[in-house]
Amino acid sequence: MAKYLVVETRDPFDSNDVDDVYDLATGLADDSNDVTVFLVQNGVLPVRKKSAAAKRVAQLAKKVTVLTDDFSLRERGIEVDEVVDGVRASDIDTLVDLIAEDGRKVIWH
Amino acid sequence: MAKTLTLALMDPPYETETTTTAFRILDAALRKGHKVNVFAYEGAVNLTMAGQSPHPNPVKGTSAEEEEHPNTKDWVSSLLKNHGDRLEWINCGLCVDERGAADTVEGPKRGSPKEFAEWVKASDNTVVIPAK
Repeated sequence: MAKYLVVETRDPFDSNDVDDVYDLATGLADDSNDVTVFLVQNGVLPVRKKSAAAKRVAQLAKKVTVLTDDFSLRERGIEVDEVVDGVRASDIDTLVDLIAEDGRKVIWH
Repeated sequence: MAKTLTLALMDPPYETETTTTAFRILDAALRKGHKVNVFAYEGAVNLTMAGQSPHPNPVKGTSAEEEEHPNTKDWVSSLLKNHGDRLEWINCGLCVDERGAADTVEGPKRGSPKEFAEWVKASDNTVVIPAK
């Protein structure tokens, strides 16, 4: 089992690639890998329950660990209680801990 | 446990939020005691240009001093000043020449993808942060 960290910086309404990145993360998890998706910058926008993409993020969170950057949430006025179920608020220190974890491969989008 | 991490940056300053995120990662990694190598490629070599200067905000009528808006060279200088024993910064030499960005703040060195490859081999992990 390999460990992956997928850093998503983009909003699905900005880039269609985001859906492919979600699929990549899900596929890696389906292959029994340990996958964490860290949402940062505009990557946090779809976590709002009111977003049309929230259902997609909720599906992703059923397969992999999904974390959101608290700084990016605050910058965009998104409160933690607006975040879709299954997604956890996190921070840059946690992102660094994941990067420094033995054997974890990092994919940045 | 302290690790050695290598980051490859490509975005030029003032272009995307990714630069801010990269500096936040650098700061957090260094605060945690990790050794960090930065390979600045393409437009990222402009991050360290010594000639950058802050500007006033005529819309708000504020001076450069009142704005207190640091340029990216100041972030790099500050990180090197506070963690210079654990932070190494190499600017891609060809990228520097193309952009006329050789006049940098104190600390960054000139190098090539060869040094980046050596860092990758010697590091516990590498993060490549591509330009959009």
